Amino acid sequence: MEHILLRHRDIPNINQLDVYMQHGGFEAFKKVVTTMKPEEVVEEVFKSGLRGRGGAGFPTGLKWRFIDKNNSPRYVVANADESEPGTFKDREIMEGNPFQFFEGVMICAYAVGANAAYNYMRGEFWELAYVLDARIADMEKAGLLGENLFGTDFSLRIYNHLGAGAYICGEETALLESLEGKLGQPRLRPPFPPSFGLYGKPTIVNNVETLANVPKIIENGWEWYKSIGTDKSPGPKIFSLSGNVEKPGNYELPLGSTFRELIYEHGGGITGGRAIKAIMPAGASSAIIVANDKALDTPMDYEQVQNVGSLLGSASIIVMDETVSMDWLVQKTLHFFEHESCGKCTPCREGTYWMTHLVDDFVDGGAGVEKVELLYDVARQIEGKCLCALGEFSIQAVLTGIERFPDDWKEKTLKSEAPVTA
Amino acid sequence: MNTFLDKYNDEIQSILAKYPEDQKRSAVMPLLYLAQREKMYVSEKDMGEIGEVLGLDSTEVGSIVGFYTLYYDKADGRTRIQVCTDLPCALRGADAFAAGICERLGIKLGETTPDGKVTVEGVMCLAACDKAPMFQVQNGDGLSYHENQTVESAMELIEKLK
Ligand SMILES: Cc1cc2nc3c(=O)[nH]c(=O)nc-3n(C[C@H](O)[C@H](O)[C@H](O)COP(=O)(O)O)c2cc1C
Ligand code: SF4
Ligand code: FES
Repeated sequence: MEHILLRHRDIPNINQLDVYMQHGGFEAFKKVVTTMKPEEVVEEVFKSGLRGRGGAGFPTGLKWRFIDKNNSPRYVVANADESEPGTFKDREIMEGNPFQFFEGVMICAYAVGANAAYNYMRGEFWELAYVLDARIADMEKAGLLGENLFGTDFSLRIYNHLGAGAYICGEETALLESLEGKLGQPRLRPPFPPSFGLYGKPTIVNNVETLANVPKIIENGWEWYKSIGTDKSPGPKIFSLSGNVEKPGNYELPLGSTFRELIYEHGGGITGGRAIKAIMPAGASSAIIVANDKALDTPMDYEQVQNVGSLLGSASIIVMDETVSMDWLVQKTLHFFEHESCGKCTPCREGTYWMTHLVDDFVDGGAGVEKVELLYDVARQIEGKCLCALGEFSIQAVLTGIERFPDDWKEKTLKSEAPVTA
Repeated sequence: MNTFLDKYNDEIQSILAKYPEDQKRSAVMPLLYLAQREKMYVSEKDMGEIGEVLGLDSTEVGSIVGFYTLYYDKADGRTRIQVCTDLPCALRGADAFAAGICERLGIKLGETTPDGKVTVEGVMCLAACDKAPMFQVQNGDGLSYHENQTVESAMELIEKLK
């Protein structure tokens, strides 16, 4: 199947402006600016059923409808923070097919009446940011960005902005704080960004992959888009596949493809022909799925992954084979969340600290199972008490790792072995 | 006198131009990267001068330096080798890879070589999980990725950087 998002895999050099334009690039942008009303663009995207690819799956057109038209200036902010362990799709889009992403940003800006857009990238995308600065300059030179585009009164500028190493800045309100030059800590919500966003002005925050879908929706129409994927989760999705598989990488498949197809047909199966044990479908933030036949045959879309007790999230599919012990895994995820907690609220800040100590004691220190019981209790106490979803994410692996894999938490006399990785 | 402003005036002006005139504060992160360029950390003096440019208190600038992991307020190794040891990479041998590099350099993870040139540390996911083992190199000039590495290939590069 031809790629809709990862088009650089079919078309060499599509990351060059002339090549992108030879393949229909910016036709959709030109079409909306010169022939469509902003509201018509919003309705087209709404009808396509596109849902946010950043994790929450919120309907994109609905978010755009919420923009406060009575306040200005308005902004579009692309979320290119991509820091969830196991997620590496936005980076590939921005490297391989950057203009399609930027065209999505531009169509969104027109639809909500924004004249400035920021692309907030994680600081580690430093080299990429310089390349994208040059791409933006190319678009300015070609008259695709700037004043009075296509002879209309619509003007638009895009700016790249680098973060500096903080997972929490992927959370949209923390991202906005960070972009304002403050500590990247989440805001209390409501109000939500479409009414109170960057500098307190109406702002649309969308994920890179979400925006990359938009030009294709305009080009081919919402009916076409809706015919891909499942009824409630339409469209293509990039699945980032990592862990103990033969061929890790990004795979663009229709939403609703099964775990089995992804892992065995595309990913080449488990490394060394070992047996599969567990799957985390949403990166380190996932509830861990026991990889039995029922789970493997589950279609990956926003609804059906819930049937096996987890969430699709950003579709960062981490696969664990039979040699991986869940106590070791939970130690890894807790170290991540303890490091990334922004410290704004006590249950998350203190909770991730204590959970990390408890799991360290058990895994490295030879402490007894009573530490595991305590770990479980602390996780339960954090539940539902945090200001943002990070706190909630931090307990997913703990709770499900203990509940669903009880054998991995037996009393041990020796230090846990790291899994076989060769 | 503001030596930071004098030294980087053109770059500072083009950074400020990206943000609305009454929202200069947004430039604090790019300016911190600029201050870090030559010596790989931000000094108290830099913080004060950046504050002056943006109309911020130097303690506010300091709190930004403290919050984000890619800024440093003291001199360690001029070059940081940041090996991703997060879950997906660890499933593909990242811990052993990091230990291998450290052994060759005669240091522990998180330490700096005795000549003060290289610090090796374990870091969280860098969005390159399918290309483990991998690390990034951070020095004053910025960051670069090195993917699908072996201890051998990494050591070769580290020797060149030293
Ligand atoms: C802790 C945390 C981290 C997040 N990280 C990201 C991220 O790296 N990229 C992203 O697009 N969304 C991330 N999100 C989701 C954003 O808050 C937001 O929902 C998203 O950018 C909206 O865009 P979408 O509707 O296009 O998905 C994160 C959320 C939380 C709570
Ligand atoms: S839940 Fe954690 S990350 Fe979120 S605001 Fe509270 S302390 Fe910060
Ligand atoms: S876990 Fe190492 S790059 Fe993602």
